[in-house]
Amino acid sequence: MISIRNLSFSRGARKIFDDISLDIMPNKITAIMGPSGTGKTTLLKLIGGQLTPDSGSIHVDEQNIHQLSRPHLYLLRQKMGMLFQSGALLSDMSVFDNIAFPIREHTQLPENIIRTVVLMKLNAVGLRGAADLMPSELSGGMARRVALARALALDPEMIMYDEPFTGQDPISLGVLVSLIQKLNQTLHLTSIIVSHDVQETAAIADYIYVLSEGKIAGQGTPEQLAQTDSEWVQQFMQGKADGPVPFHYPANAFSADLFHS
Amino acid sequence: MIHNKSLEILVGLFVSISIAALFFMALQVSNFNGLQANTSYEITANFENVSGLKDKALISMAGVPIGRVSQIQFNPEDYNARVTLQIDSQYNQLPSDTSASILTAGLLGEKYIGLTAGGMDEYLQAGDSIELTQSSLVLEQLISQFLFNKSDD
Amino acid sequence: MNLLQSLGHVSLVSFAKLGRASLFFFALLRSFGYLVTRPHLIIKQLYAIGVLSFWLIIISGLFVGMVLGLQGVYTLSTFGAEASLGIMVAASLVRELGPVVSALLFAGRAGSALTAEIGLMKATEQLAGMEMMAIDPLKYILAPRFIAGFISLPLLALLFSSAGILGGHLAGVELLGVDTGSYWSQMQASIDFYDDIVNGIIKSIVFAILITWIALFEGYDAIPTSEGISRATTRTVVNSAFIILFFDFLLTAIMFGSH
Repeated sequence: MISIRNLSFSRGARKIFDDISLDIMPNKITAIMGPSGTGKTTLLKLIGGQLTPDSGSIHVDEQNIHQLSRPHLYLLRQKMGMLFQSGALLSDMSVFDNIAFPIREHTQLPENIIRTVVLMKLNAVGLRGAADLMPSELSGGMARRVALARALALDPEMIMYDEPFTGQDPISLGVLVSLIQKLNQTLHLTSIIVSHDVQETAAIADYIYVLSEGKIAGQGTPEQLAQTDSEWVQQFMQGKADGPVPFHYPANAFSADLFHS
Repeated sequence: MIHNKSLEILVGLFVSISIAALFFMALQVSNFNGLQANTSYEITANFENVSGLKDKALISMAGVPIGRVSQIQFNPEDYNARVTLQIDSQYNQLPSDTSASILTAGLLGEKYIGLTAGGMDEYLQAGDSIELTQSSLVLEQLISQFLFNKSDD
Repeated sequence: MNLLQSLGHVSLVSFAKLGRASLFFFALLRSFGYLVTRPHLIIKQLYAIGVLSFWLIIISGLFVGMVLGLQGVYTLSTFGAEASLGIMVAASLVRELGPVVSALLFAGRAGSALTAEIGLMKATEQLAGMEMMAIDPLKYILAPRFIAGFISLPLLALLFSSAGILGGHLAGVELLGVDTGSYWSQMQASIDFYDDIVNGIIKSIVFAILITWIALFEGYDAIPTSEGISRATTRTVVNSAFIILFFDFLLTAIMFGSH
């Protein structure tokens, strides 16, 4: 459904992506993982058309995102939902209005139908009772669930999750993980999860790409990656303290530093 | 989008008060009379010297404003200044021998044109010209006149 | 050599910023069609920007007018010309102090609030979120605020001048005994609606466009961290002040220079 070919992107002098190619399969959960700062969020922005690559192409549903005119890009975005790390709810509107916002903007549905749709989406994430709260009154986990309901408001074909598991307590984590999986199944969505939380992601992903230093360091199903030969991927997936990514930052011998005169 | 009724009322109040302020400024503060349909007619007057007289200077008769100066031009034929006076249409009974003088309003004031009625039965029409004119007083000429008279003593 | 280099660098950065700001401005202008069907967005901003600045402007105008009244009487009485107090107060306010001071106050209150609000929306990814929902934040968030600023400041300037003239009356006539008749009649005889009042309104319209543009752009362009937003807010107030005073000079020279 999404095919990325020979993508290169730099920010200033730093090369974030160096000629990478990957595919996102429809109706599957694809995970993009890697250490912090590898540009995973940047990849989502490139797919969504917010950033333009230096070279290479991104095709969504066979359309080259970066060659679309603005109105067409906006039409395509209505089929994509995105869940930001902070939720990105509009702070001056209630939960209900936040979810109703894209519906009111893009459709001419009457208010009573909008109400039904919003309540259904809220119910899907388990927050129907919070409809009248303001975003400032929500906990982090609740805000993310509301943002998820909002991303689902227009019944998109695809959802992108930007670090959905970061900083969540175990219960919210469990809720989110099960939500992502269930929604993907029942709504026949294509999901892309960007994360560095290996355990939760590996539990639900159908296919994983591991990025490092602008290149794909490893890819495969969770089982395949567990058997991988690459030491670096092993260290990442198992969270080992030392390996190809060393524990010690390069320095002189310890004794030399201690007895330095 | 549900919007607060009271918010709209306050915005409406804000805009109304501002427009009221505009009217206050127009009527109480300035000499705005643009709403009256001001038709006017033009007559000319030739002066030897109009120094100090400016465009849009007041024209008054018996101390009452009746019009404004609309143009001051140099007439190359007789080396005089030709002033175009725009008189309000309601004052259309100025005798044709009306005289015009350039006077000063107050001590440091601006120059204005004062009209004094003559005695003829015919009235000035649009395009007519005022024959009797008194130029503005030039300070240097006054001083030299004074000194000249003084020297006679 | 280093000095030249830094100068060149600063100029290039400034030109790039001016370019971005101009593109931003034109994009704002293109948003007007969208807002015709959504007047409630503009009304909400008129409240936040205009109505909430109301008391600040009125009270400041009143006090400025009162000071003008006091100072005017003290100075004019040395020439025996207290009767001209009305002209002095009204001319100072309508031509200069009304548009300029209200613009400076507006930049400080509404301008800085706008920059901070937009910067914060950028930092919390609300703007990016809207883009991903296929709603253009320029049209939905920024353009209503621009139009509201464009409408509010000229109205506020009128309110400032009116409050000031009344303040001058309060100080000069009620407190210091200037004749109320001369206050108003001399004023009416000298203040020309087109030359003075309309020119003052034109000035505040120019200020309104410039200040709101600066405030919105600085917020939109801010680095989305708390330090970045605070710097952007400071830039809004400082740059607005420079631009107001510069354009005031320019406009005064053009408008009143021919007298």
